[in-house]
Amino acid sequence: MSAGPAASRHRELGLTDREYELIIEKLGREPNGVELAVFSLMWSEHCAYKHSKKLLGRLPTEGPHLLMGPGENAGAVDVGDGQAIAFKVESHNHPSAVEPFEGAATGVGGILRDVFAVGARPIAILDSLRFGELASPRSRYLLNGAVSGIGHYGNSIGVPTVGGEVYFEAPYEQNCLVNAMCLGIAPADRLMRSAAAGVGNLLVLMGARTGRDGIGGASVLASAELGEDDASKRPTVQIGDPFEEKRLLECCLELLDRGTLRSLQDLGAAGLSSSAAEMASKGEVGLEIDVGRVPLREQGLEPFEIMVSESQERMLCVIEPDELAELEAVCARWEVRATAIGQVTADRRLTVIDSRAGADHVVGDMPVEALVDDCPLYDLEPARPARQIYGAPARKLRSEDPRDALPALLSSSNLSSRRSLFEQYDCLVQSRTVRRPQQSDSAVLQLYPDEDGDGVRPGIAISIDGNGRRVACDPYHGTVEAVLECAANLACAGAEPLGLTNCLNFGNPEKPHVAWQLERSVAGMADVLTRIGVPVVGGNVSLYNESGGAPIYPTPVVGMVGRLPDVGSVPQLGFAEEGHEIALVSPRGFQPSLAGSELAKLHGAELPQGLADIDVGAVWECIEQVRGAARGGTLASIHDVAEGGLAVALAECCLAGRIGASVSAPDGADRLTGLFGEGVGRFVVSGPPEALSALAAGLGDAVATIGTVGGASLALEGGLEWSLDELGGASGALAAAFG
Amino acid sequence: MVRFPGSCDEVDALLACRRFGEAELLWHGERTVGDADAVVIPGGFSYGDYLRCGAIARFSPVMEAVGRFAAAGGAVLGICNGFQVLCEAGLLPGALLPNTGRRFLCRQVEVEVASAASLFTRACEWGEVLSIPVKHTTGRYYASEEVLDRLEADGQVVLRYRHGQNPNGSARDIAAVTNRERNVMGLMPHPEHAVDPLTGSTDGGRLFESLAAGLVPA
Repeated sequence: MSAGPAASRHRELGLTDREYELIIEKLGREPNGVELAVFSLMWSEHCAYKHSKKLLGRLPTEGPHLLMGPGENAGAVDVGDGQAIAFKVESHNHPSAVEPFEGAATGVGGILRDVFAVGARPIAILDSLRFGELASPRSRYLLNGAVSGIGHYGNSIGVPTVGGEVYFEAPYEQNCLVNAMCLGIAPADRLMRSAAAGVGNLLVLMGARTGRDGIGGASVLASAELGEDDASKRPTVQIGDPFEEKRLLECCLELLDRGTLRSLQDLGAAGLSSSAAEMASKGEVGLEIDVGRVPLREQGLEPFEIMVSESQERMLCVIEPDELAELEAVCARWEVRATAIGQVTADRRLTVIDSRAGADHVVGDMPVEALVDDCPLYDLEPARPARQIYGAPARKLRSEDPRDALPALLSSSNLSSRRSLFEQYDCLVQSRTVRRPQQSDSAVLQLYPDEDGDGVRPGIAISIDGNGRRVACDPYHGTVEAVLECAANLACAGAEPLGLTNCLNFGNPEKPHVAWQLERSVAGMADVLTRIGVPVVGGNVSLYNESGGAPIYPTPVVGMVGRLPDVGSVPQLGFAEEGHEIALVSPRGFQPSLAGSELAKLHGAELPQGLADIDVGAVWECIEQVRGAARGGTLASIHDVAEGGLAVALAECCLAGRIGASVSAPDGADRLTGLFGEGVGRFVVSGPPEALSALAAGLGDAVATIGTVGGASLALEGGLEWSLDELGGASGALAAAFG
Repeated sequence: MVRFPGSCDEVDALLACRRFGEAELLWHGERTVGDADAVVIPGGFSYGDYLRCGAIARFSPVMEAVGRFAAAGGAVLGICNGFQVLCEAGLLPGALLPNTGRRFLCRQVEVEVASAASLFTRACEWGEVLSIPVKHTTGRYYASEEVLDRLEADGQVVLRYRHGQNPNGSARDIAAVTNRERNVMGLMPHPEHAVDPLTGSTDGGRLFESLAAGLVPA
């Protein structure tokens, strides 16, 4: 593409004819090549949220602990002591499906930049991954590549990966999901915003040189369905360099400490175009950028390429002109490139100059408002499909005998131990990790590792969740369940939720059944968050996750951050001591169900259309009581009952504690349902009898004593027994996927 | 505490040292180690390590100063990437190769004290078992058979992975070695991540305790 009138190029760039006409109207003329490239990205689904913005308005974004809500690079909550935790989850699905190592690595790099752009030091990463079934070589290839990529970036930059989750389901076979969440810590009064300010101030580009990688990533990859020629899209995937980012991170944090920066913004999707337009829009100013001053990786990049390149490890900041020398000195110390490429103007236009072709050679001139605010928003046309649109999973278990079901579930791809995966990540660096992956239902970090001694140590707990198959069964209740599941995970550590970030991974929203999934899912999220008083602090939408015309399971991934007064009192996940009593906490009126469960999947059952109603009030009561008990420090173990039901939760408690249990689990006609039925809000707890009585005093008959800890096997009343060796062997199945 | 631009565990190691004495960061561009009694080279990816772990760091100004400090008998401890740097710089024998599993591995392992005669293990008993995490991709200790025989004969092998727990395929389960003069030690496990019961174990503190005890004038 060259500068000049663009004829029908707009369609290739993903714009509709109507959108193109609107651009002409806003400009008062045909856009030239540079302008068309910039508009096509700014008006892509990825940047403009044109199919989801109206829906997202339903989500609650106010809360007592909220410091910075949606709209900034990352949201932030108050964790006390004048400190803020900034966090966000973001997808890098399509790049990872095309090139899993670099796709996942740069996904981590991007979310790290979002967090330090608001002035926070990144302290933790969690990932949410979805692949096709493990039997498929493609899935194993994507899994290996993505896990290596995440590890490569996170491990190299010195930010621990403290948790996450992975599910394997056939609808993700072609279109895997790689969502990365990052948290950072900052003094609350030093949180940085991205609004450009101060006419005449300098716009400085820091970090890596700009190359041809990732050109058109936001429109070509992120805003369209995947097709057969995806290998040819590999050049649109960015390449990451964690060492460059490490220096950039330390450099930006030092500049923030010194108070040198007026605003800071990372370069992500759509590169300079999006970052500059967003900064100008928020600051209600204009920006003039000289692409001729942008340091290039190779000579001869066209102006439009420089404006849209998604080369990684770059940040854009605004400083006052007399601060340039100080900025340059700090950048030199960290060996970070810094170049003044433009200035803040008053005219609210994004003006692009190419000084290589003459001092004031203008190659693009666009109103900021048109770029950022005037993209048409579309109403969804949701329609509930007449029947379930997803086929039944392949049957993997013939037996209906509960004796066979437990080992089969523990060795299934969705429930087997994640140890072989988590061991590929550094979970320790920065010395905050109080619970390593799989040692607790949520990640638990102490906030201030430099304060040793025996005092109280405040901390945070983090959980990320989103079971797409459950949401496919029922977009509304499946999403409610995901949010409550996160809150339940936090409760196991004694943490109260402060805020939530989400990544909505769905198919093509222009299709009525996908629109319906999206609409119901957001409605569920809005309702449950309003009910429990937790705000959304920011997030990301990833649509068009389809291939061959079939959508992925609708997958709203939610990441929740909570605070706890003292990490020293966090209970274990596993049973601790011979003779401790075991109790089951269940919401009032709770009925486990096999519909949409992991066992139903192994049995190859059709997905139901609809899950049972959830009594959010009853579940929330359990969560609050369990949180209180966890904080009290008297319970020895707490584990929430999730996929695989009660029997799997008991097995996990035994394996984590390396001790057996005898349990009078529900008997009767429908034993499979009692043992393996699912539903949110239950917990298995253990401890000395007096600790359990205290919990029962708060919850009444919602707590039932069901057994005692001890022995070397899990024994259920009625003659069902599995040795710990058998259970442990079964749960080690995932290791084989990492050849 | 040396800090390269790509160091990751330097703050962790700094905090661990401060539990047992005074410690400060030392920028990689410095040409002297000042009046330090001991130098720690922390874990991480010194200069990105795209060529070979520690291969660039050995040429840094600060490593010249560390070399002089070590030659004068100063105590130098290299952890993980620091071990790699010390081997590349020729301050320690042998080399570190990619793990036999070819992947990054983060795991709590047990190591046995094979020599309590070093500056870094003098507070330990011979045979004492320490639980300390490892986390690396390139931690397989390698040296020729002759060198390995000599290291064992001279008591330069300081820590060994317990039988069955060798995480990376290191020759003879070696987790830590010293130079012949025993004032320079490198180890792959991260003792700075084992100094607080809250975050795992306190066994790594035994090494810092040994080092601090040796530096206090008698």
